[in-house]
Amino acid sequence: MEFGPIWRALLKNKGGAILIALQIAVTMAIMVNSISIMQERATNMQRPSGMDEANTLTFASISFASDADNRATYINDLEMLRNTPGVINAVGTNSFPLRGGGWSMGLQTEPGEDMGGVGSAIYFGDEHMIETFGVELIDGENFSPEQVVFLDPDNFRWEPYVIVTEALAKTLFPDEEGSVVGKTAYINQNDPVQIIGVIDQLQAPWQGWDEVEHALFSPVKRAEGFARYVVRTEPGMRDELLPQLEEMLASADKTRLIRAAQTFDEVREGAYLGDSAMIKILGFVITLLTIITGLGIVGLASFNVSRRTRQIGIRRALGATKPAIMRYFMLENFMISSVGVVVGGALAIGLNIFMVETFNLTPMSWWVVPAAMIVLWLVGQAAVAGPARRATRIAPSIATRSG
Amino acid sequence: MFRYYLKLGALSIRANPALSALMVAAIAIGIGACMTIFTIQHMMGSNPIPHKSEQLRHVQMDSWSDANPYNGGANPPIQLTYTDARNLLAAEQAVRQIATFKSGRIVEPEDPDELPYTISGRATSKDFFAMFDVPFKYGSAWDAAADLSEEFVAVISEPLNERMFGGEDSTGKRVTMNGDTFRIVGVLDTWSPVVKFYDLNNNAHEPVEDIFFPFSTAMANEYGNDGNTNCWKPPEGGDRAAFLNSECIWIQFWVEIPNQAAETEYMNYLDAYVEQQKELGRFPRPLDNRLPDVEEWMILNEVVDDDVSVLLGLAVLFLIVCLLNTIGLLLAKVMRRTKDISLRRALGASKASLFGQYIIEAGMIGVAGGLLGIGTTWLGLLGIRNLFNRFDFVEKLTVMDWQMTALAIALAVVSALAAALYPTWRACQVTPASQLRIQ
Repeated sequence: MEFGPIWRALLKNKGGAILIALQIAVTMAIMVNSISIMQERATNMQRPSGMDEANTLTFASISFASDADNRATYINDLEMLRNTPGVINAVGTNSFPLRGGGWSMGLQTEPGEDMGGVGSAIYFGDEHMIETFGVELIDGENFSPEQVVFLDPDNFRWEPYVIVTEALAKTLFPDEEGSVVGKTAYINQNDPVQIIGVIDQLQAPWQGWDEVEHALFSPVKRAEGFARYVVRTEPGMRDELLPQLEEMLASADKTRLIRAAQTFDEVREGAYLGDSAMIKILGFVITLLTIITGLGIVGLASFNVSRRTRQIGIRRALGATKPAIMRYFMLENFMISSVGVVVGGALAIGLNIFMVETFNLTPMSWWVVPAAMIVLWLVGQAAVAGPARRATRIAPSIATRSG
Repeated sequence: MFRYYLKLGALSIRANPALSALMVAAIAIGIGACMTIFTIQHMMGSNPIPHKSEQLRHVQMDSWSDANPYNGGANPPIQLTYTDARNLLAAEQAVRQIATFKSGRIVEPEDPDELPYTISGRATSKDFFAMFDVPFKYGSAWDAAADLSEEFVAVISEPLNERMFGGEDSTGKRVTMNGDTFRIVGVLDTWSPVVKFYDLNNNAHEPVEDIFFPFSTAMANEYGNDGNTNCWKPPEGGDRAAFLNSECIWIQFWVEIPNQAAETEYMNYLDAYVEQQKELGRFPRPLDNRLPDVEEWMILNEVVDDDVSVLLGLAVLFLIVCLLNTIGLLLAKVMRRTKDISLRRALGASKASLFGQYIIEAGMIGVAGGLLGIGTTWLGLLGIRNLFNRFDFVEKLTVMDWQMTALAIALAVVSALAAALYPTWRACQVTPASQLRIQ
């Protein structure tokens, strides 16, 4: 093979080669880290919220008249919602996954101050919660209607029953191998709550939270002038029902406003807007970068071909075949790219370590580095192919002309 | 000579249109990427009240739990309890002081056919407007008496005045919200600080509130808080009085400190206050009072999103790739002209004049790249605005001011010149007549 001569020729004229290698190296550092961030965001976005997202819609009811009978409105609203054809179930709650705002409390397994707790999102609601949210009860029981009470704003206290997510149960009772149903935890430091049921999975309202899988249901109906309704519909009925239900509630009682009417898809879109924008921006950046680097290689190779016209002509005159000329440029580029991706691999890893420490990002997966290497090798080869083919068309007779 | 070199540069650029275009485009794209992100970072973190930011201080006191210090003990809580806000407000130890929180309202229009609508609201005291240099279009802030006697008076924003009264002078008119009727005493002029520095709890870049009313009135009528509430210890009881007496933090508190002496004096007062509260069994943590100014407050509250910093780092690397690209291409160009250069050197051109010639050629590419870079930055900002079109505030963050425009051009020229240095130096190394052998 021609490795030796090509390598020596490169060393004689290394300025340009080093520049391309450096360019490939920095391109690789950007590419690897962008892909790593895109992958982190995409993974986050793919986590299930736990809700029956495709068939769920939500709106808020805000009452503004000081003398309004909020409880009556609440009861009436839910009855109307649940009785509408196409609606599977509905519930009044304080928040839901991906909403970005909600209530969290610390839970502990022993009562008392300064025990340190496990954080959990609190979802208030009645016995219709499980079906409306579309979660599965995997252990224990649902709330019975007698366990559910209306919240008293003048005397708030924690109801003694909760339904928790499996992840929360595992964090609270890590050593428990059997059922956690019947066990007692303490909320608000001293208030005992008994676990009566366990659901498979449900996210807290803050998708960026470290303990996003910690959530619990508390059997409380909140009707103090602000209610957030979640409605689960039959498949395919959601979009049709949203305006219909909104209109139905708004006209049923004019002392309040219906706001924030949206499907769960819209909730998800809003929650992950930043992440999906980041993916789009980074995707755009690495595409553009690859194009620029590729065009740079094309430009330099073209220059090199025209600079070496005579040299190539002489080689051809001395018997080098067209494929041999082609191979020369391809191999030369392969060597430069190899130096570039090796240096680039080191740069990429260094940059990733720095970013993980500074910005709390997830460390990259190992395969991103070899994948980026292969992509950049291929880009280099593709970029050099055109000029190299032009080189093969140089006639051997060029050698006989004086330059 | 300069004009001659310009002409030579233009000729050389025209001789290789594709490559010259590639160089200009690479610089423009690199500049565009950098400047787009830098503009957003610049706007996100820009001081919204530069002439006064050092005099405006948020009060921080460590009222948190000893067992579980706030933020791991790195800094005191970022809000105050109602108890402390009320005490500090009543003590009036600073030139001006305000306690404030966010509280959304529902407007009930007088015309029964018109539907009620929600607006954002803020409970605060009269000093708010003077402290933060809030401009008025009509009327003025309410007076101290209104704060004292919990009056139903309000100042409304320009957009709300537009919506409710078509933009005319509405002072003296009334607005009913959630059953309470307020008298409008002032209408703000356009006021949209890029950073809503006085309350960074939720979205640091959201617009200012639609309506402002006295803190005392809001408390007397039990208005709810729309911001964040954090508690380390449960309230001793389930009603509002217990909540107000609790260690829950939910109020922003600002003071105006005109000079160093006033700062020392206020710090002393705060220390004495906390010591006194410690005797009452509160403030279990060691004494840690702080008075961060607006810029320090913005840094503590991380108003610049981490994602923007990550993107800025990547954008700078991107520009480096574009420059390496340009250096490579310029170098190739020089190497192809070694014969030319050696001939000129043989005919008496000095290194200095060759240097001038190639630097001018590179500079032309740099200026072209910079001008085009303003265009690409503008496109980049447009793209970002589209990605975030659900949020109004993105409009404020994606504006290229003259500083950013000047910076874009400067960055382009400096980049192109930096990129030209090595190729030009190589050109100057060509020895006279070395390439003139007959081959």
